[in-house]
Amino acid sequence: MNRLLDAYRTSIGKKFVVAVTGVILFLFVLGHMFGNLQIFVGAERLNAYAAFLQNLGELLWAVRTFLFLALVLHVMAITQLFFQNLGARPIKYRVKKTRETDLSARTMIYSGPAILAFLIYHLLHFTYGSVHSDFIHGDVYHNVISGFAIWWVSGIYILANILLGLHFKHGLWSWFQTLGFAHPKYNKWRTNFATFFAYLIIVGNVSMPVAVLAGWIQ
Amino acid sequence: MKLKLNIWRQKNREDRGEFVTYHLDDVNSHMSFLEMLDVLNQQLIEKGEQPVAFEHDCREGICGACGLVINGYPHGPEEGTTTCQLHMRHFKDGDEITIEPWRSKAFPVVKDLVVDRSSLDRLMQHGGFVSIRTGSAEDANNTLIPKEKSDLAMDAAECIGCGACVASCPNGAAMLFVSAKVSHFALLPQGQPERKRRAIQMVQAMQDEGFGACTNYRECEAVCPKRISINFIGMLNREFIKASVLSGAEKGGKYRSK
Amino acid sequence: MKLDANIPEGPIEKKWENYRDKVALVSPANKRKRKIIVVGTGLAGGSAAATLAELGYDVEAFCYQDSARRAHSIAAQGGINAAKNYQNDGDSIWRLFYDTVKGGDFRSREANVYRLAEVSNLIIDQCVAQGVPFAREYGGKLANRSFGGAQVSRTFYARGQTGQQLLLGAYSALIRQVAAGKVKMHPRTEMLDLVLVDGRARGIVTRNLETGKVRSFSADAVILATGGYGNVFYLSTNAKGSNATAIWRAYKRGAGFANPGFVQIHPTCIPKTGDYQSKLTLMSESLRNDGRIWVPKKKNDKRPANEIPESDRDYYLERRYPSFGNLVPRDVASRAAKNMCDEEHGVGLTGLGVYLDFADAIKRLGEQAVRERYGNLFEMYERITGEDPYKVPMRIYPAIHYTMGGLWVDYNLMSNIEGLFVLGEANFSDHGANRLGASALMQGLADGYFIIPYTLGRYLANIGYDDLDVSHSAFSDAEHQVTERISSLLAIKGKQTVDTFHRRLGEILWDNCGMSRTEQGLKDAIEKIAAIREEFWSDLRVPGTDRDLNQELEKAGRVADFIELADLLARDALERRESCGGHFREEFQTEEGEALRDDENFTHVAVWEYGGDGAEPVRNVEPLQFENVKLTQRSYK
Repeated sequence: MNRLLDAYRTSIGKKFVVAVTGVILFLFVLGHMFGNLQIFVGAERLNAYAAFLQNLGELLWAVRTFLFLALVLHVMAITQLFFQNLGARPIKYRVKKTRETDLSARTMIYSGPAILAFLIYHLLHFTYGSVHSDFIHGDVYHNVISGFAIWWVSGIYILANILLGLHFKHGLWSWFQTLGFAHPKYNKWRTNFATFFAYLIIVGNVSMPVAVLAGWIQ
Repeated sequence: MKLKLNIWRQKNREDRGEFVTYHLDDVNSHMSFLEMLDVLNQQLIEKGEQPVAFEHDCREGICGACGLVINGYPHGPEEGTTTCQLHMRHFKDGDEITIEPWRSKAFPVVKDLVVDRSSLDRLMQHGGFVSIRTGSAEDANNTLIPKEKSDLAMDAAECIGCGACVASCPNGAAMLFVSAKVSHFALLPQGQPERKRRAIQMVQAMQDEGFGACTNYRECEAVCPKRISINFIGMLNREFIKASVLSGAEKGGKYRSK
Repeated sequence: MKLDANIPEGPIEKKWENYRDKVALVSPANKRKRKIIVVGTGLAGGSAAATLAELGYDVEAFCYQDSARRAHSIAAQGGINAAKNYQNDGDSIWRLFYDTVKGGDFRSREANVYRLAEVSNLIIDQCVAQGVPFAREYGGKLANRSFGGAQVSRTFYARGQTGQQLLLGAYSALIRQVAAGKVKMHPRTEMLDLVLVDGRARGIVTRNLETGKVRSFSADAVILATGGYGNVFYLSTNAKGSNATAIWRAYKRGAGFANPGFVQIHPTCIPKTGDYQSKLTLMSESLRNDGRIWVPKKKNDKRPANEIPESDRDYYLERRYPSFGNLVPRDVASRAAKNMCDEEHGVGLTGLGVYLDFADAIKRLGEQAVRERYGNLFEMYERITGEDPYKVPMRIYPAIHYTMGGLWVDYNLMSNIEGLFVLGEANFSDHGANRLGASALMQGLADGYFIIPYTLGRYLANIGYDDLDVSHSAFSDAEHQVTERISSLLAIKGKQTVDTFHRRLGEILWDNCGMSRTEQGLKDAIEKIAAIREEFWSDLRVPGTDRDLNQELEKAGRVADFIELADLLARDALERRESCGGHFREEFQTEEGEALRDDENFTHVAVWEYGGDGAEPVRNVEPLQFENVKLTQRSYK
């Protein structure tokens, strides 16, 4: 155990935690997205899926706890790294340019907290309904349609999911690098993998509010 | 050509420091960047001012002493080039050039553009070697090393220890430096006995010296004058995780009752 | 001056073995009580400090750079020689020994050179064990290449960065001892004086380059491994900081300075472009393996290289030296290039350059193979000149590279001052009047890893113990002199910068003590150097104070010493009335223009003794005896 704590004390140890929890959260987001896409099948299918999840009972709570822990560890480790990095350059450059860093890498530190804020909003909105103007417990389909019908609510979802996609684009690539899956032969594949899933998440999740706003599903 | 130079001036470690602007005429395009600074310094001395202190030694791109952040790029705008090998033909008449020292908590400024990089030496003390006594080596050709492996180790071993990777990293991380050393030895049979120890200790030392953490911005490899790849950072991560998380502690070979 | 080379008895093959069998040893418990100072952390100093610390000595190591890893050994490109004979091409210890003696034009000490050849093989073993990634063949064995002055392939290399890799190997051994607490490392610290107590070297006075603090260190022995003095010429392939201050201070304390006039001029450097030039960059000699050197046959031919047809090209090395061709030793190649340029066949804007052409090699091997062998050198050339050597031939010209001269040492590598050892390029060494390519790395590491551990032990085993420390008056006196000198440099407050003087000094030396020398030129040089010295001490301007990092002050002290050394260099060149190796006196040449030795009168080492301020230095000689090789006219035809 000491050895693991020693490892965690280092930046690579923390990044290992960030990477592993990041992948757990990614897999959840992916599953969550496929689950939700059942909205395109119809109200019954989506509501039945929701009911199925609710009926899992203790298992659902176990999964929720697991995901919550992953999230906490993810945020905790990254916050510690953030402060470490903040301290590593007390005096900034007057002129600093970058060559390789892309938008998704540069915005990780903003997209992360934004997604966290969105997550809280999302839970209050669709899970607890406390910030939903027309929330009916158990009728997920109705809640989604009526929620997304408000343009700015959809706007928040669309924006948040674009950020989520961006976050995954760098996050998934980093996942390989941080866990040491680096090999010149497969490195191109890493980038393609990350980009594919980033866009998949964006397209999949954004399709729902867009479909509601456009009136494709009612 | 004529140049406008904004140069960081700082008297000593305690001084706050500031940018001072200088104008330089008659810069020859065949000059190296450091020769341009030499010319500036000669003029400053003749005017009775203090010359700009900057670090340099071999001036052929191998000792790793020089290093300036030039217009936002460590070692300047040319890729795969140290500051001393940068030539003025890459600038044009009327350019404004901002020159700053490496900025990192682990590299405190000593004077003007000179920084203290002894933290890199201290990282090396935590395992950047093979523990072999002089005289105890076997015949060099007894150990076969595949050419590809040896070449790859050489790619890593080419690191000149200039610290540009740290200077360029938005987080001030020393991962490329440490990864080059750890990979160099991890790839060779000579490095095997201390492989795990080395990875763990050097990574921990990096933490203690106040370097930042890698967030995979890839800036380090883009400014590395020896073009060392971040594939080695992947390798370092792998080495560290294997050594610290995945492998069991190498003890417990003796039975103890209670 | 007493000059006993202390060469062991016995046949040359047995001398070193006999020595090691009989040499006095220091017990482990006593090693701990011995403190050793090592100045310089290049191949010689770094390897010595690491090895002595491994043995148990208490080592204090010093370097002027910010890290031990930056010593100028790092810049050596081509390779390191060893008599492994892995190529089965007829190499042997004897042949490496013979090639080195012959390459040095029979002006080196046989026994030292033989020992060097003997331990060369151990160096390769040691470096490989440290993880130095030497070039390998597909079968996993070590690769070799050929180098100037030899007809076998005995050079081990790590791309074009052999020096770097070997130095990083020595540095890793050193840093391991630093971590173990056995070596105390003092970077950014310059040695400014040697301290003698009762005629023995017992310590040094240093200046911390960041704080300006002058401080003394005492020890049981002092090892200088501070490199050569090539920078006396201002423009050279040395690092900007490379300096002679440590050995010059030792000379002024009584150490003999041997053959100061033996300077190596490297044939393949990138030509100078303008007055602002701060240094010259070497292109590894290994390029001569595949590159062909030529000039236009017509004088002042200004056509671009690729417009000059084969018939108008003079491959002068291949023409004049058919058996060695482009691989003649450095001094021969350099002088030939100078002759061509003197006769107005030179190329480039200044006319001071010859072509080194890879067109044939690219045709023969393919561009990819050439790129693999020399890629980084080609890249470096392009970076500096802006020309692509894959398309147009490189332009090269000789430049000051290495100094065979240095402090005189005996077989134990100890100078005539007891307890003062000198290693690597800093000693007058094993290279005679000319060093062969890839032999400097070999000598530095041989001295540090394999010779000093024995010879130092021998010295220490025979001296007593005392509790001398820096409170002894010899240290305070030396410190006082050092601070006085620093103050006097700052107090001149003249008009000219250090670089101005250094550049002028360099021009005088290059013109008169460079590739060819004449009696009149050398006499003129001595006068001009004296004039510069006077002007320096009356019109120098050093800004700032001595209390902080002051790079101008550092340079001023070094140039002051260079000016004095330049005088000795010229005197030595003047007194050696023969031509040998890198020392070419126009008065002494064969009909074909080759160096003409005078074995009867000059088969000796000239050892200069400091005569005191204002007095002339004294020239002593150590006769050289050749019992194993026959002195011949060096021929590479």
